[in-house]
Amino acid sequence: MSTETLRSACARTDDEIALIANSMRHDIIAMLEAAGSGHPGGSLSATDAMATLFFSGVLAWDPQDSSSADRDRFVLSKGHAAPALYALLVQQGFLPHDEIVTLRHMGSRLQGHPDSNLCPGVEVGTGSLGQGTSIAAGMALGLKLDAAAAGTDPQRVFVLTGDGELQEGQNWEAVMFAAHNKLDNLVLMLDNNNLQIDGHVTDVCSIESAAEKFRAFGWNVLACDGHSIPAIREALTQAVEHTGAPTAIVCKTVKGKGVSFMEDQVGWHGNAPSAEQAAVALAEIDAAREQLAAKEA
Amino acid sequence: MAKATRAAFGPTLLELVDEGIDVMAVDADLAGSTTTAKLAAAHPDRFVDVGIAEQNMIGVASGLALTGRTVFTGSFAVFGSGRCWEQIRNTVCISNLNVKVCPTHAGITVGPDGETHQALEDIALMRVLPHMRVLVPADYNAARAAIKLAAKTPGPFYVRMGREPLPEVYGEDFSVDTEAFANVVREGSDISIMACGVELAHALKAAELLAEEGISAEVVDIMSIKPLDEETILASAAKTGVVLTVEEHSVYGGMGSAVAELLAEKHPCRVSRLGMTGFGQSGNAAELLAHYGLDAAGIVARVHEVLGK
Repeated sequence: MSTETLRSACARTDDEIALIANSMRHDIIAMLEAAGSGHPGGSLSATDAMATLFFSGVLAWDPQDSSSADRDRFVLSKGHAAPALYALLVQQGFLPHDEIVTLRHMGSRLQGHPDSNLCPGVEVGTGSLGQGTSIAAGMALGLKLDAAAAGTDPQRVFVLTGDGELQEGQNWEAVMFAAHNKLDNLVLMLDNNNLQIDGHVTDVCSIESAAEKFRAFGWNVLACDGHSIPAIREALTQAVEHTGAPTAIVCKTVKGKGVSFMEDQVGWHGNAPSAEQAAVALAEIDAAREQLAAKEA
Repeated sequence: MAKATRAAFGPTLLELVDEGIDVMAVDADLAGSTTTAKLAAAHPDRFVDVGIAEQNMIGVASGLALTGRTVFTGSFAVFGSGRCWEQIRNTVCISNLNVKVCPTHAGITVGPDGETHQALEDIALMRVLPHMRVLVPADYNAARAAIKLAAKTPGPFYVRMGREPLPEVYGEDFSVDTEAFANVVREGSDISIMACGVELAHALKAAELLAEEGISAEVVDIMSIKPLDEETILASAAKTGVVLTVEEHSVYGGMGSAVAELLAEKHPCRVSRLGMTGFGQSGNAAELLAHYGLDAAGIVARVHEVLGK
């Protein structure tokens, strides 16, 4: 199948994506509880952006083949959101659902941070912050060169970074490089939840205004509510239509989104829920699902 | 004719393109010095300059490798291995990517630029990384062979090249088809001098001087530091019973350490390591090698010390 055909085949409605994101949140909590450690806050803040990216029809993936030559690419630069990625791979059918409880256990394909040699659908190992945008820029350049040689449109590369992560200087080397090389097949999604381990990003070492910084480097910049599926879809659609420069989408998000006691709480960056806490969280997520289903019916 | 190992970099990449290998080079504002500019001139679409940004150089090279290419990175060894060591570890090596880290201007023979530009730790930094293979060619033809081997073998490689022209040890038709390559370049019976890179020629000259005194030195080129050619090294050590390692790199963690580790485990014998123990300084290459005891005279002096004569 061509990349374009795959993209259309991946497209779901906003309501369907909302249900997918809900299932991902359920799996994130379940796998973190089973693991006993890991990062719920940044996984839950990125969930809607990741679900919309993969099911909006802007990113091509092949349900039959996670390494299909026709696929677009996704790099999870904030590798500690691995639970969100694994939950997504379950939704794509690349991982069996019953495997998620092996997260962070000895011998598992689901390492604490994603390992591309072990886990199908993971493009490259990440986890050391600040490196994903460089890798994505290299991929975007390679795909552009391939497309130029073949006389086709280049495949797209999407990278998801955290906001605290932008404190790593390598990001800005990559941002400069991507603009200089006019990598308009590259889209960066910023999970702008304003929390990092030591506190609010704006208190620890502010990256504000991220949008102005990207713009100053020559990027096309968009912003959206990172939990509104239609808004994320609209931003992604605009991003891939832009030519001559890469696009950054500042997704305004809430850390821990979807679990009330985790929302905007720095303590839920890197702590797994206990069984009792997980039960409360799962009940909230299930109630949200019922509301979504009622709305759809 | 004396040519620097770095001089082989660009021309060999051109040869690989002609052989149909999909190579690219990524450099960090040093394309003229590393000679990747030769690839850029002939095939502009096979070359990327990231500017003075070594960490991004490794990331971009990784991304290009993930689109199916065999990617070489340049820069000077201090920056191209040290500045971006964690990127090499966590992206190139953990994901086992087809990235060949091939910086130039390694060692004390960088000369007048001085201590900030003389990489004396890069072998240690690279050989400790899983999946990484480490080659230190001793002349132009060996560098050409090392680059070709790296291009044709999947996965990460480190090829250490230098600035100074080196005497020819190997012929133009020299090639290696094994990653664990060591070569006995001069037979001897009293001591094994195991050298790599720049030091091989000095070791050969030292062996000539020693022969005049009646000391028979075997000279072994340790071109591959990881993996080691255990068979060749153990056979030479068994033959002479005494080993001296020589490198223009720190004695801590470099080739000498690798050889000493092997010998300690599989053939305990007298081992002495000659190399750097601190930072260097400005000077020309010959002066510096003499000052730090890394020229033929320095090697001869250490052999006298080791053999007690």
